[in-house]
Amino acid sequence: MSKKTECIAMLLAGGQGSRLGILTKNIAKPAVPYGGKYRIIDFPLSNCVNSGIYTVGVLTQYQPLELNDYIGNGAAWDLDRESGGVHILSPYQQIKGSEWYKGTANAIYQNINFIDRYDPEYVCILSGDHIYKMDYSKMLAFHKEKDAACTIAMLEVPWEEASRFGLMLVNDDGAIIAFEEKPKEPHSNKASMGVYVFTWSKLREYLLADEADENSSNDFGKDLIPAMHQAGERLFAYHFDGYWKDVGTIDSLWEANLDLLRPSVDLDLSDPSWRIYSKSSAAPPHYISAKAKVQNSMITEGCSIAGNVDYSVLFAKVKVEEGAVVDSSIIMPGTVIKKGAVVQYAIVAENAVIEQGAVVGEKPENTLNRDEWGVAVVGAGVKVGQGARVAPKAMAGEDVPAVSAEEETK
Amino acid sequence: MIRSNDILGLIHSNAYDACLSELTNMRTMGSVPFGGRYRLIDFTLSNMVNAGIGKVGGVTKSNYQSLMDHLGTGRAWDLARKHGGMYLLPPFLLEESGSFDNRIEAIKGNMNFIGRSDEEYILMSDCNVVMNFSASAFAAFHEKSGADITILVKRGSVPAIENTLVFETDGSGRVTSAVFGSAGDEGCFSTNIYFMKKALLERLINDAAAMKKKSFEEDIIMENVGKLKVFAMEHTGFAYAIDSLKAYYEANMALLEAENAHDLFMSKRPIYTKVRDDMPALYGIESNVENCLISDGCVIKGTVENSIIGRGVTVEKGAVVRNSVIMQDSFIGVGARVESVIFDKSVILKPGKTLCGAEGFPVYVGKGIVI
Repeated sequence: MSKKTECIAMLLAGGQGSRLGILTKNIAKPAVPYGGKYRIIDFPLSNCVNSGIYTVGVLTQYQPLELNDYIGNGAAWDLDRESGGVHILSPYQQIKGSEWYKGTANAIYQNINFIDRYDPEYVCILSGDHIYKMDYSKMLAFHKEKDAACTIAMLEVPWEEASRFGLMLVNDDGAIIAFEEKPKEPHSNKASMGVYVFTWSKLREYLLADEADENSSNDFGKDLIPAMHQAGERLFAYHFDGYWKDVGTIDSLWEANLDLLRPSVDLDLSDPSWRIYSKSSAAPPHYISAKAKVQNSMITEGCSIAGNVDYSVLFAKVKVEEGAVVDSSIIMPGTVIKKGAVVQYAIVAENAVIEQGAVVGEKPENTLNRDEWGVAVVGAGVKVGQGARVAPKAMAGEDVPAVSAEEETK
Repeated sequence: MIRSNDILGLIHSNAYDACLSELTNMRTMGSVPFGGRYRLIDFTLSNMVNAGIGKVGGVTKSNYQSLMDHLGTGRAWDLARKHGGMYLLPPFLLEESGSFDNRIEAIKGNMNFIGRSDEEYILMSDCNVVMNFSASAFAAFHEKSGADITILVKRGSVPAIENTLVFETDGSGRVTSAVFGSAGDEGCFSTNIYFMKKALLERLINDAAAMKKKSFEEDIIMENVGKLKVFAMEHTGFAYAIDSLKAYYEANMALLEAENAHDLFMSKRPIYTKVRDDMPALYGIESNVENCLISDGCVIKGTVENSIIGRGVTVEKGAVVRNSVIMQDSFIGVGARVESVIFDKSVILKPGKTLCGAEGFPVYVGKGIVI
């Protein structure tokens, strides 16, 4: 039995993030790089540590290798501890057989033994898909004050976007009256952020019931929370106002990165009182040559820049050669953009090579058919050959052959 | 073959503090910031760790608070260990091992630590030579040549450091003569990096201390050139011995040469340092940066040319920084201008102010000063 802990966190990190296409071919969504030196999972993990939650179970399932390796013993987040710390929880075999995590609630159900070891009063359920800075301790205080069985973090979204979210109708006290799951005509703009605080004894009871229900899809949002609501449990919405972004699609990942360059956006990663921790790459300061031009961008250690970089986020050890152009793009670690190549409105994953004169993506204003425009994506390790082109909205998951000068003129 | 975990590392963090008196007023030579995000000790420590050395003692004499803060448990160098790892060795307040004035006394004062270590060999280094060398190759050279003592040397202009040994060797690398060099002469000078059996060092130090000898270089190395097999191995890569504030400035500036930076920060032997969890550097809309090394956490809105910028530095709009070394968390206000300066940590230059040194002779501004 481990030391009794008031509140522990369970971080759902098994998602594939299928809408991120080739970016999540070999890595789980929470391991997707973000913001120059981070990965998405750095946000919930850092939030936990900054909120004083030092016991975190990370539930992995899809392509866990890179994620497990990244989390390691948790030292990067000060989560390598004698009592508590970070624990990777993958599906396992039991006497009665083995099964994958069927849904979010089932994933927690399969780890009841892990949670029981800490005998917590409260459990915080988080997801590894979102970029936000949040003090969970304030939410926990709210949960206690309301004597709630479950508290759901809620964010007011623009009305026109409300139909994309799971919504809540809330009374003046903060109590939840009704739920609407992605309704066509929303009656509320209060969206669930996928951050929950449960009183463990209650959650445990409903997890057992949910598992026994053969018709359940074992999902928090679809099954378990509605069941609690129906049974008349005290459900409350905790109002969060700050930056929060689900980086589930190529467009939103691209946007969320570039948000860091907008002074008006409320996401300050340099705040010493709420640091976002990450694993360091041990690279020297980045070098900007006399021929380079860098503006309105974020550049990480280990980069070497001799070309033009504008409105872009460059991760560690990216090389931009002379005469190359990087505009409105996200370039992940170790990628090389060779002489004269042009990368615009694109996401280029790790260790890719954009050969001389290649063109990736396009400015929307230069596209004839706006409907066909989108952010171009180049997958990890992909080589875009000399003079080749990756069209806007295209996803290059495999090497793109070089195009010779003659072919081009045809 | 010498097993890497059979080598004990010993670093003299205070050696030659006087060469950089401005910078070491409040810190050790080892904790002097360098190259934007590093401290001088990072180089020698990383060299040891990259060779698989798992136990390192850091000998300190004074002002070692900043060094303790920097090293912490040694985790950044993978030296936070149950067995071995990082040991900080402050002086004992005993007469015989109290505050020391020379290398013999410094080692003598730590004989307990050295004696209690299980390793058969010892690699000894100072912090004032910036380089990335293979300590494994150094140990292999020592073993292959059958040397008793091996010294890492660099060919070039002898630094203006007191008691710098200059060697002549035969074809095999065996030292045939050792003399004190005069600054500026060309020669094969000692980097003060030594490799030998621990038992030999213990014997040499005990004998020298018993005879009240004062100079490691003269009374131990020069004295034994004919008697023991003393070998020199030449380091052919980038190496910069920091013997003055001017040399400190030049060594920083040397990193702007791609070849030097590549040699020093080569990826197969990375240089580790304390992690600060800064965000990446942010460039503003009107930023103009040419030929610079810039660290994480910087916010650059003005013009920066030919400079080394430490972590968390802000260069405001319209500000100009040229030919300068700016250490971490300094702030250059709107429209301010600096040229040929060394700013220690957390210097604040208020908006509109100007401060210029002469070309090649930088002005130094101390930690936390507000101009």
